[in-house]
Amino acid sequence: MLNKKDLLGLYDTSAEEIDEILTVAEEMKALLQSPVKQYNQLDGRALVTLFYENSTRTRCSFELAAKYLGANVVNIATASSSVQKGETLIDTGKTLDAMKVNFIAIRHPMAGAPRLLAKTVKASVINGGDGMNEHPTQALLDMLSMRQHFGKIKGLKVAILGDIKHSRVAKSNLFGLKKLGAEVTMYAPATLIPKDIDKMGAKIAKSREEAIDGANVVMGLRIQLERQTGGLFPSLSEYSKFYGVKDEIVQKYAAKNAIIMHPGPVNRGVELTPSLIDGQSSRIEDQVTSGVAVRMAILKLLSEYRENNL
Amino acid sequence: MKLLIKNGTVVFSDKEKQADILIENGKIVKIAKNINEDCQVINADGKHVIPGLIDIHVHLREPGFEGKEDIESGSKAAVAGGFSQVCCMPNTNPVCDNAIVVSYIKNRSKEVNLCKVHPVGAISQGLKGQSLSDIGKMANVGAIAISDDGRTVMDSNLMRLAMEYASDFNLKCLCHCEDINLVDGGVVNEGYNSTLTGLKGSLRAAEDIIISRDICLAESLNLPVHICHVSTYSGVEIIRSAKARGVKVTAETCPHYFILTDDIITTFDTYTKVNPPVREEKDKQAIIAAIKDGTLDCIVTDHAPHSAKDKEVEYNLAAFGMSGIETSFPLSYTYLVKTGILTLSELCNKMSKAPADIVNLDGGEIKEGGVADLTIVDLNQSYVIDGNKFLSKGKNTPFNGFKVYGKVCQTIVDGEIKYNA
Repeated sequence: MLNKKDLLGLYDTSAEEIDEILTVAEEMKALLQSPVKQYNQLDGRALVTLFYENSTRTRCSFELAAKYLGANVVNIATASSSVQKGETLIDTGKTLDAMKVNFIAIRHPMAGAPRLLAKTVKASVINGGDGMNEHPTQALLDMLSMRQHFGKIKGLKVAILGDIKHSRVAKSNLFGLKKLGAEVTMYAPATLIPKDIDKMGAKIAKSREEAIDGANVVMGLRIQLERQTGGLFPSLSEYSKFYGVKDEIVQKYAAKNAIIMHPGPVNRGVELTPSLIDGQSSRIEDQVTSGVAVRMAILKLLSEYRENNL
Repeated sequence: MKLLIKNGTVVFSDKEKQADILIENGKIVKIAKNINEDCQVINADGKHVIPGLIDIHVHLREPGFEGKEDIESGSKAAVAGGFSQVCCMPNTNPVCDNAIVVSYIKNRSKEVNLCKVHPVGAISQGLKGQSLSDIGKMANVGAIAISDDGRTVMDSNLMRLAMEYASDFNLKCLCHCEDINLVDGGVVNEGYNSTLTGLKGSLRAAEDIIISRDICLAESLNLPVHICHVSTYSGVEIIRSAKARGVKVTAETCPHYFILTDDIITTFDTYTKVNPPVREEKDKQAIIAAIKDGTLDCIVTDHAPHSAKDKEVEYNLAAFGMSGIETSFPLSYTYLVKTGILTLSELCNKMSKAPADIVNLDGGEIKEGGVADLTIVDLNQSYVIDGNKFLSKGKNTPFNGFKVYGKVCQTIVDGEIKYNA
């Protein structure tokens, strides 16, 4: 049982709840293997995806997850939304509520926006990424892929390399993985490490080698071009040279059978080398499948909570 | 016109004494025991009579932003908070960067006739930080100081010229300290809680660098300067060492900086958004120590009322600022005097005489022959803060639910009762 109306972040989701989501997601992932994905757990329910930032992967994943379970889906993107007409998030939320939608998956460039929406609406709000705050469904899908590969999360060593400072993915993974007993080590240029993240349980490595040493999971995070223009590092080639994950470092330092992960989309040859992205230990495509499964699980569990409590 | 305040405990700058106060024609004419006079009498038995409070940093929003506050609502709020004089910042629309707007504010406040309102003129035309506004003309019609509050004059040479030119008119610069490049869009203190929430942080250094710069200018020019709303422990140190070597620097802080820490932002409540941001425990402790040892001369509110639509939005989009003038005294009394950090006399000095001296205002102490600006407070009466009950249009307080002591009962300005609870 997920004991909440909304899924806003893993900071306020318990280990038991995470475990429950992953268990249900594993069942969902099995269902995804069927050529005909026509299930009825969400028959007649409605999901709105409300995306204030561009996204193909996440939005599509939410939409398919809902549709595979029989729900109706409406997509709202900023370009076509009333935000352009100056409508506030609260008013947009009230409008969707009045249309009696059951779920809203929101992505927003500003931290805390999903929480503001959740306070306003009766619908269940799922955070699809808010600014530099959280991206819980991404972290859950990462954990699902890890759990399925290793059979457990507890005791895993996870190395996260890339733009930690602007990454909601890094933070949600940190919160979730720590709760389930994994170790998290981070490495990035000093300009891309957020203040005091070590006090949240992350180990900050001093080198790529130290970060990857003994790691079961090597996760690259997307470096966004605008960070370079913002002066946070001098150039992509310099980033790749000093901070990119290289095959030889993984071979030499990572644990045996270590897996490579990335939330995507990848800048090939920047965060990870093409051979790591496409290699045998890459779980990047599996992460995408896990994403649909995790979102199906969350929709199902939130729906059950709604039926029992609201 | 006579008024007699009987049986109160009168708070002087150095002591408290049971006495009656007789007021005539806007002046205190006699302070003594057992005065009897055939006139209107306020019985202050069990209460304290303190100097009318003076806030040299408020935003009254008029002209231009009357949806947030206007001179009338802001003045009502001020007297309800025990204030007899306020200095209002120039970030209005049009900007208070010329004699016409200064005169308008003065005239409007006289019509409202509650507290005394002293306009602060803008340092630069349009608050743009490019060229000086008509400082002399504004001084002529009553501007009390100059400031680009809300913004920093980033051009150090312009700031130098402002200090020098303003000194000809005996005006001080009130400096909002924030290196705008370093702030880089930050909305909260940069630290554990900014990382936790993903809200963009702003370093202490952003504030400290400009505090240092303005102190350097004041020192080089041998001119006075006033540092607004100090929020960092490191800024306190910079001011302390400057004072020790004789720089003519004065500084203020606000209740939110000595009561709150940035733990409050984790709710994403936009009422916690303020500039400079509320910082960490060590900043709070350093500010308390600096209030006590005099490094921070005075307590102001930075009263920044906003309408609901300015605050009921995403944190990043919400306006900076807290509505503070109705809670400043009770909060300061509860957190500084009841805790034994300051005496009541010391607190009243920080909230009346010290700010009056910074901008050369009359008032700020209770003495025979002095102006009859007096506030009567009940220190034993406690209540729970509820922003929705504010007289200010701005209900945006982070202190909702705080239990405080020190209820303002009456506020007397120039011998007239302007607020009666």
